[in-house]
Amino acid sequence: MNNWIIVPALLPAFTAAFLLLTLRHRPEAQRVVSLIATVLGLMVAIGLAVEAADGVPQAYRLGNWPAPFGIVLVLDRLSATMLVLTGVLGVCVALYAAADWDRRGQHFHPLLQFQLLGINGAFLTGDVFNLFVFFEVMLIASYGLMLHGGGRERLKAGFQYVAINLIASTLFLIGVGLIYSVTGTLNMADLAMKIPDVALADQGLLKAGALLLFLVFATKAALVPLHWWLPATYASTSPPAAAIFMIMTKVGAYAILRVYGLVFGAEAGAMAFVAAPFVLPAALATLLLGTIGLLGSRDLKSLSAFAIVASMGTLLIALGLFDVTGVSSALYYVVHSTLAGAALFLLAGLIADGRGVTEDRLVPAPAMHGEILIGGLYLLAAIAMVGLPPLSGFLGKVMILEATRVSSIWPWIWALILGTSLVMTLGFVRAGSTLFWSSRPPEETRAEDLPASTQAVPVIAVIILLALTGAWTAAAGPAMMWMEATARQSLDRDAYVEAVLGRHNVRTAGLEE
Amino acid sequence: MEMLVASAVGIMTSVGIFLILRGRTFPVILGLTFLSYAVNVFLFTMGRLTVGRPPIISPEAAAYTDPLPQALVLTAIVISFGMTALIVVLALRGFLEIGSDSSDLDQRRVREQQHPDGHHGGPGPLPPEDVRA
Repeated sequence: MNNWIIVPALLPAFTAAFLLLTLRHRPEAQRVVSLIATVLGLMVAIGLAVEAADGVPQAYRLGNWPAPFGIVLVLDRLSATMLVLTGVLGVCVALYAAADWDRRGQHFHPLLQFQLLGINGAFLTGDVFNLFVFFEVMLIASYGLMLHGGGRERLKAGFQYVAINLIASTLFLIGVGLIYSVTGTLNMADLAMKIPDVALADQGLLKAGALLLFLVFATKAALVPLHWWLPATYASTSPPAAAIFMIMTKVGAYAILRVYGLVFGAEAGAMAFVAAPFVLPAALATLLLGTIGLLGSRDLKSLSAFAIVASMGTLLIALGLFDVTGVSSALYYVVHSTLAGAALFLLAGLIADGRGVTEDRLVPAPAMHGEILIGGLYLLAAIAMVGLPPLSGFLGKVMILEATRVSSIWPWIWALILGTSLVMTLGFVRAGSTLFWSSRPPEETRAEDLPASTQAVPVIAVIILLALTGAWTAAAGPAMMWMEATARQSLDRDAYVEAVLGRHNVRTAGLEE
Repeated sequence: MEMLVASAVGIMTSVGIFLILRGRTFPVILGLTFLSYAVNVFLFTMGRLTVGRPPIISPEAAAYTDPLPQALVLTAIVISFGMTALIVVLALRGFLEIGSDSSDLDQRRVREQQHPDGHHGGPGPLPPEDVRA
């Protein structure tokens, strides 16, 4: 048993407790410890990804109880990939916040660590109820992060954000209850084995439970019509919090893939791909509404938030195919859109800081310090986000287009993806030209009105994120090979069941069939 | 007993949903609380309804009740308790800072209040459009 599997959950938990208990009043030390812990977490995640590369899922049994009775964590290529992505984002956000943002409220770094604990746990867990628990850990931390720094607008949006998530949690529990009442288990591998054998009379209950869970995951992934909390939340929270939230929408997508690709996967009999008919229409609507919202935004943060909604749409169009090509292109796009979206939000924070009272609203304002650099970074982030060549968004979209060829309505999907890309380009160009080109000459305001912002460290965090997007393009070949293997593994029920429950169970199930 | 439990869950859920759809923070919180009660009772029933049976292995027991739902309900209660405390504080902070407990999000109005043109701060007399129930 590989004991490193639990480290991504334990490390942030202990770091957060340590930060709260001993370094409460020493912000400088907090920054250092938090940064070291996120870097260590990233290194562990990379190590686990190397472990997972051999293609055999590994299970970590807590307390060494055998699987359907005890709690398991499962490491496979999919969870390892998401862990590395979380690690990268954690380092960049900690770096960005360390310059200034962690002073605007209390306990930024402990909250960030708890957030990482919840996210890593959600990626690792092997049963549905612990998925719920880690979701809650992640959400509690995100409430704190979302409100970090205070302010009226944030409080208002915060109440809605907390309320919608509490409703979603309730639905999650009802779904979990329905599934347990029919199958008698909550372990994902065990569920995958038992679902094909559910009696006909109980299939309605099971389906209701499965679709309730889908509603919950769709809320997290901001699928239309459950997306409306996202723009308000992301646009009103602080940039580093919004950047780390990037991975939270992906947790929703991850859970959809895990539960509907594996548990309710191809071998699930009458329940096979139970959510698939809903994913594609919702994803298309998400892309369309995200683009419309982007065009109608009045400030850069809500523009970025709607760009995220649109990117979730694009991502789920491919993910909803639940085949190897679709899932692998979706996974490539997950990495890209997380990095690009985080860079965009961090940049929006820098721009809002640099422009004084006009903040990030799309109105002409005095030129800011370091306009060339920030403008250049904005150009890169916009190119990545929209999906223009040469950055990874372009490759991701091309691969998604290629993958949707199996769908019967592919011309419509192509038209929508390409059309919305054009409209999104217009939105970003409009925002960029207002922010950087129609700036009034700086003489109109006194120089001391402008904060001496654009410090080096936050800019470095943004540059790292954008450089990684570039690297993701350059390494597209190996990356796609990795993602294809990941997709194949994430849809392969038997290997997963064998890792969690042992070989014996797979064989007996085969005999029963 | 099935009828009783089922109607209890049903009534609490409908009350919860009704209250969540109100426009003020306090009813919304009450609605969330009702929903979490409903879901806790519901979770109990998912291991079938049994009375007077132990969930723990004991030498006298002839039959058992399913222990897992009890563990899940315990976890769910702890989580929903914490969440309710959080959202109460959040609603109170919102009321004290914005001076209105309406739960809808009017960005423009919030922004206007933020910038010091009109009066702001503290729970004062509510603007007329907030008084509707």
